[in-house]
Amino acid sequence: MSDTIVIAELSKGKMSHTTNELVTAANKLGTSCTVIVPCLDSSVATDASKISGVTKVIAAKSDVFASYDAAAWAEAIDTVAPSGTMITSASAQSKDLAARIAARRSISVVQDVISIDGTTLSTPIYSGKAIQNVSINGDAVISVRANIFPPSDNNGNCEMQVIDTTGNVSTAIKEMVQRASQRLDVSEANIIISGGRGMGTPANFSHLEEIADKLGAAVGASRAAVDTWDEIPHSMQVGQTGKTVNPNLYIAVGISGAIQHLAGMRSSKYIVAINKDADAPIFQHADYGIVATWEEALPVLSSSLSSLLG
Amino acid sequence: MNSLGVNIGETVVNIAVLVKQVPDTNSKIQISGDRVDLSTVKMDISPYDEFAVENALQHKESGGGTVTAITVGSAGADKVLKGVKALGVDNIIRLDCDSYMDSNALQSILAQEISSGGYDVVYCGKSAADTGAGSTGPGLAERLGWGSVSNITDITFDGGLTVTSPSEGGNAIISVTLPAVVSCDKGSTKVRKSNVKGIMMAKKAQVDVKAVAAPVSSVSIVSHMMPPAKPAGKKFEGGESAQTVAQLLRDEANII
Ligand SMILES: Cc1cc2nc3c(=O)[nH]c(=O)nc-3n(C[C@H](O)[C@H](O)[C@H](O)COP(=O)(O)OP(=O)(O)OC[C@H]3O[C@@H](n4cnc5c(N)ncnc54)[C@H](O)[C@@H]3O)c2cc1C
Repeated sequence: MSDTIVIAELSKGKMSHTTNELVTAANKLGTSCTVIVPCLDSSVATDASKISGVTKVIAAKSDVFASYDAAAWAEAIDTVAPSGTMITSASAQSKDLAARIAARRSISVVQDVISIDGTTLSTPIYSGKAIQNVSINGDAVISVRANIFPPSDNNGNCEMQVIDTTGNVSTAIKEMVQRASQRLDVSEANIIISGGRGMGTPANFSHLEEIADKLGAAVGASRAAVDTWDEIPHSMQVGQTGKTVNPNLYIAVGISGAIQHLAGMRSSKYIVAINKDADAPIFQHADYGIVATWEEALPVLSSSLSSLLG
Repeated sequence: MNSLGVNIGETVVNIAVLVKQVPDTNSKIQISGDRVDLSTVKMDISPYDEFAVENALQHKESGGGTVTAITVGSAGADKVLKGVKALGVDNIIRLDCDSYMDSNALQSILAQEISSGGYDVVYCGKSAADTGAGSTGPGLAERLGWGSVSNITDITFDGGLTVTSPSEGGNAIISVTLPAVVSCDKGSTKVRKSNVKGIMMAKKAQVDVKAVAAPVSSVSIVSHMMPPAKPAGKKFEGGESAQTVAQLLRDEANII
């Protein structure tokens, strides 16, 4: 099996824990593992050199990494990366980048991989209603879902090389509009609490926010909530025509569990459902179901979390 | 426009939109043998492609141009092309292919078609509802040497394009120069519905069917299977049980 190359995942300029998971995936595919860290300042790359199972770290240093431009990132990374099978995270941006780099190299890309067995890769299809097993012949670019592979530990120590690189930027950011709240977006969060039509009014989402803030969670919504209430933006929507999320914990409150909602969250590690209807389909997918109104359940959940989290 | 209906002083844009036929998102997916069996499943346009079509039509309406919808597939996929024709798309093209193609093969034939058609901009959905991959837009752009923006939730036309796309911590307002590939999320876009006149016209429309020569795929499908069944969860009655659940999230799930 050829060499593997991991594109490090960064979050707010810091090394993300996901990178450790990508190294685990890389070690399943090949013997040596080079981690490429796209960065403005190479100091962030030293974290990658501590990950066990990494053979070499390349800090790919360039101004183009200040903000995302698909063409420039693909070029800047491709230039410094050796050949081999490349592994990225399956965040929206990294999937975009994976597709770009694969096309640049005229090889194929396999997105959202959830298991690796030799050269056979599994990916969810039809929004997780089925699994597709594919075999790859030669090099490919693979994006790997978060929270599936156990993270490699930080007991390593490998060589690191800094290489200056660049690419042609084809789009220009006019303006960054920061979210008003400090809360995470559903696509970034490890814990999500979502509300549906059963919340009754958009103002009641404040009860979800209260719990989200205790857990460091993001607040999501069903399409019914987004379509019914102007106050709930589409960026919060989870599901077929919203975001696909894969958190450690997904708490669905007043959400029936329609197939299109499940499409976006069914692969969450743990699912908690709060719904007053004992027959709501969401309960078939919940690890922990609470048959109650949210008016009854959320205050109890909130105070229990407070005492557990101290 | 002048009296001959010709646009004066406006750029006439050659717009392509990629559409794909997928199982209706309500449908149940079944496996027979080791392959998904779609023989009894209702097929429809992939939901995000509807936003791509809407943006393509609005782009045309902002300053003139033509919109060509392109799909890759067998004759069954003509239904989707006719559906978007009824919405106001000018031309419909099907790249004739009935077998599995990996991303490299698919993007190669699309890139050939886009290059030879002389397009200025390509719209597509952010991902198709069957694979969920989202590789086609950015991969196609790379092959064409074009810029691309993905998952856009808003768009305005001002000679170039200004789009809104999610980025860490918020949204980026990005200006895009053509040629470019734009992959579309739902966002604030409201899609139009077809009317009777459009549907009648689409019925008569000819699909331009083109033969393709795709490179050999290096990725091949081994099998399909149902997702492993999740063990039955624990269900509790009453709001007070939220305390038990919080405790389980700590002791059993090790999450909090
Ligand atoms: C092409 C297509 C794409 C779609 N994409 C999406 C998508 O991306 N995301 C998505 O979510 N949906 C999507 N849908 C819509 C989906 O089919 C459902 O209509 C939607 O998910 C329902 O939202 P809901 O669960 O909030 O509302 P409902 O189905 O109305 O359920 C509300 C639930 O709240 C419960 N409830 C009511 N009051 C209380 C209370 N006081 N306490 C506790 N529980 C209460 C009820 O028992 C019920 O189960 C899509 C549909 C189509 C056709």
